[in-house]
Amino acid sequence: MVWQTLARHFLGRRAASRTADPAAVATLTARLRDAGLARLGRSLAIRHVAAGSCNGCELELRATQNLVYDLTQYGLSFTPSPRHADVLLITGVAARNMVEAVRQAREAMPEPVFVIAVGDCAVDGGVFKGSPAVLGGADAILPVDLIVPGCPPSPTQIVEGLLALLDAHGG
Amino acid sequence: MRICASAGEWLDHRGGLIALWTDAEYAYALYEPGELVAIALEGGGYPTLSARRPGAAWFERLAHDVNGHTAHGAADTRPAIEQFRAADGKAAWPEFPMPAGEGVHQVAVGPVHAAIIEPGHFRFSVLGERVLKLETRLGYSHKGTLGLIRGKSARLAARYAARISGDATVAHGLAFAQAAEAALGIEVPARAAALRAVCGELERLANHAGDIGGIAGDAGFAFLQARFAWHREAFCEAAKAAFGHRLMMDVVIPGGLAGDINTGGAVAILTALNGLEAEYPSLTRVFEDYASLQDRLVGTGTIAPGLAAAFAAGGFVGRASGRRVDARVTPGYAPYIGLDLRVPVETDGDIAARVRVRLAELAESARLIRLLLHYLPEGHIAIAPPSGTGTGLGVAESFRGPVWHWLKIDSGTIVDAFAADASALHWPLLEHAALNGILADFPLINKSMNSSYSGVDL
Repeated sequence: MVWQTLARHFLGRRAASRTADPAAVATLTARLRDAGLARLGRSLAIRHVAAGSCNGCELELRATQNLVYDLTQYGLSFTPSPRHADVLLITGVAARNMVEAVRQAREAMPEPVFVIAVGDCAVDGGVFKGSPAVLGGADAILPVDLIVPGCPPSPTQIVEGLLALLDAHGG
Repeated sequence: MRICASAGEWLDHRGGLIALWTDAEYAYALYEPGELVAIALEGGGYPTLSARRPGAAWFERLAHDVNGHTAHGAADTRPAIEQFRAADGKAAWPEFPMPAGEGVHQVAVGPVHAAIIEPGHFRFSVLGERVLKLETRLGYSHKGTLGLIRGKSARLAARYAARISGDATVAHGLAFAQAAEAALGIEVPARAAALRAVCGELERLANHAGDIGGIAGDAGFAFLQARFAWHREAFCEAAKAAFGHRLMMDVVIPGGLAGDINTGGAVAILTALNGLEAEYPSLTRVFEDYASLQDRLVGTGTIAPGLAAAFAAGGFVGRASGRRVDARVTPGYAPYIGLDLRVPVETDGDIAARVRVRLAELAESARLIRLLLHYLPEGHIAIAPPSGTGTGLGVAESFRGPVWHWLKIDSGTIVDAFAADASALHWPLLEHAALNGILADFPLINKSMNSSYSGVDL
């Protein structure tokens, strides 16, 4: 019954609202100003590239789209094409075999581009640091603007990282 | 382990091949249900097994790229991981032969995919919408994991095993730990064995729920996707409450468990189970009742039972194609003896059959967890691994099939290791499952098998 569903929604618990860490926002804002980066606005399209992950980060990244975290409520969405993307979100180490693909995805994106490294591997190579098959973190391929550490980071941590990006751009 | 004196003995061994690898002296072939056969390397190589056992091809290519050992007489010598343009962009891209015929063209997909998934390349040769041939190229997420495992103690190397495939981190951690425990001759406490099984079943529930919802979502049933993702989330949060990590990474360690189940952890898990079980009948019914959903899943991506048997496919892929296989029923697989494990088997081999098997496994895993938590033994949760010498094999049934780990330990240090994910045998089956279907069905077929990229790239 429709009215039962509606009643349940109104009486049910509200989803937890999430906010970005103010310190992270302040740092990012300063960073953007110093870099002279253009503002992207409050609705960002994200292109995800797995550059050598174990697929743990992908699981948590997908989870940000579920009913609990509902990433789209903040104006953030994943896009299948780099041509439509504002943000390049990289998970996993910089695997030697993925370097060229990551570069090509970056080149296909319209400027300005914001690069986020999600997960310990993308931050600095994580546990795979030092392997001859691995260059390091995402910054071994291209400059990174924001990191979200964790192995893997929880959906909450990922959402908060992305919100910091939105706030820095809006504020 | 049996060491073959002649090539004939090596080639004539009967049984389904699970994995093949090499070390400095031998080539090893692992057969169901866990029989290890070896042959001494000669001239840096060994006689190929892939002529009779197609599943061996990937392992032979990997052994060539990782250790430089050649499978003499192998037909498939394509690189497994060393096939990409060098960083300077100079080397040539691989070539993809195409079936002859008017109007045949190729569609290249990946390694960067449209969805939030791992990297891999799919090259379709199509005529109109019909897929005539699919060639997969993997190896993009090669991280040199086996090299990182070597030279470390079992406890220290466990974190690499836990990151071979993040969605099966418990299963890989468990198989690795059991290999180390077999090599060092130790037995884990009963409480650890029971809690490891709880983690394993919880991981199965989370992945099955996520994937079943994903399949329905790809077929246009967003409601099912939303509900199953909700339950997956509940299992991840329950795992965090019980074991401190949403995916239960690094929870299983050689010798037992990194920590006991948290206070309130069992209640959190049971609450998540209640939530799924309450909605399970109505969600399952949607798969049976809606013709438009059936239309996408029935008869799509079919893997004939004979083909599944030829590749010794395990997990829900094998079970949906008539194979009654499950590592959890092998003798000695703690602690499933006495739990009366029910293994669902279907014979249609299509996406619908794989979904039915996984739906049945959801209910079964929920039942097992209730039993395991109810009869949880008291006592220690870990013992310190001694610094011994030995060789060990370990197996765990991940949500997608059996995961095998092999370790050679010398005075407490791992000198050689191999890990075989069930995906290695499923990837070639995907190339068959996509044949003669339409290109638009491929995402659905791929998701219905959900093989791990990282798990085979190693």
